Amino acid sequence: MNGLDLLGFITVCVLATFATRVLPFVALARQSEHPLVVHLGRYLPPAVMMILVIYALRDFRPLADGHLNAAADGWPMMLASLVVAGLHLWQRNALLSIIGGTGAYMAMVQVGWVP
Amino acid sequence: MLKHHAWQDACVTTLPVMFGYLPLGAAFGILATEVDIPAWGAILMSLIIYAGAGQFLAVALLAGGAGLIEVAVATVMLNSRHLFYGLSLLRRFEGAGWRKPYLIFALTDETYSLLTTHLGEAGLSHAQAFRVSLLNQLWWVLGTTAGVLASTALSFDSRGIEFALTALFIVLTLEQARRLRQWLPFAIALGTGFGAMLLLPDRHLLLGAIGAASLVLLADYRRRHHRGVA
Repeated sequence: MNGLDLLGFITVCVLATFATRVLPFVALARQSEHPLVVHLGRYLPPAVMMILVIYALRDFRPLADGHLNAAADGWPMMLASLVVAGLHLWQRNALLSIIGGTGAYMAMVQVGWVP
Repeated sequence: MLKHHAWQDACVTTLPVMFGYLPLGAAFGILATEVDIPAWGAILMSLIIYAGAGQFLAVALLAGGAGLIEVAVATVMLNSRHLFYGLSLLRRFEGAGWRKPYLIFALTDETYSLLTTHLGEAGLSHAQAFRVSLLNQLWWVLGTTAGVLASTALSFDSRGIEFALTALFIVLTLEQARRLRQWLPFAIALGTGFGAMLLLPDRHLLLGAIGAASLVLLADYRRRHHRGVA
C-alpha cells in the first residue's frame, strides 16, 4: 500500500469516528434543556460506567458451557477487582485503589498464579 | 487556580488512564508495524483517529484489504456507542468555546468516564476537562510512538498493567453510586450488560448494552413524565 492510499484509508477512519462523536452535538444543539436530555445526562453515565465494568470483566464466565470455565486470567481479574473495590470503599482514594488493584493483578499474572 | 497546578491536577486525574493507554498504545504501534503500516502512519492514526478499539479494527481491516465503504461502515458500527455519550454531555460541553471541538473529538470511553464522574469536590471546568482530554491523548500517542520505535522487548515486565483501565471503571462506578444514591441506572446496566453477554456476539456487546440501557431510560422517562414527576 502506498502512502497516498494509506492517507485515504486513515481519512475515512477519521471521518467515520468523528461523525459518531459529533452527531448528537450537531443534531440536538438546541435541545440541551429538554427534560429528556437532562434525564439521560443524569442517569446514562452511571449506567455506562457499570456496563464498562461488566464488559472489562466479561472473560470471567465460571459457569459457561456447564462447567468451570474461567479464562486463564479470570480469577486474578476478579480478585484484583475485589481489591480495588475494597480499597476504594475503605480509603476512598482513587489512585490508591487503582494502583493497589493493578499491582495485585500484575503480581498474580506474572507469577502465573491461578487458584 | 494557578496554571501549573491545574496541569498537575489533570496529570493526577489521568494517571490511571496513562497506565492503560501507554501499554495499549504500544500494543497498537507494534501491531501496526507488523502489518507494514509505516511509523508515520501509525502515529498519525493515534493523532487524528484516536479511538482505541477503532484503531485495532482499522489495522485488521487494512491487513485484510477491506474496501473504503466497508471500513466506514464497520467504524461507524463500532463507535456508535459514542452517540449516547454525546447525548449525556450536551449540557456539560455548553459554552466550552474553542475547546468544544477538541472535547468532542477526544471523547474516548476513558475520557468520557473521567469527565462524567467528578473525582474531587467540584465538577471539572471546561479548561480542566480540556487538559484531561489532551493528556489522555498524549498518553495514547506516546504509547503508540514507543510501540512503533521499540517493537522489540521492553525491559520492564509490564504484563497485566492494562488492568488499570478496569480498575478505573470500578472506581468511577463506585463514585457514581456514592453521588447518585439511586439504584436504578445500576440495575438497568446489570440487566442490559448480562443480557447482551448472553445474547450478542462479543463485538456488538458494548453497543447492545449501552443502546438497550438508553432505551430503558427513555421508557423510564416517559413513565415518570406521564405521572408528572419528571
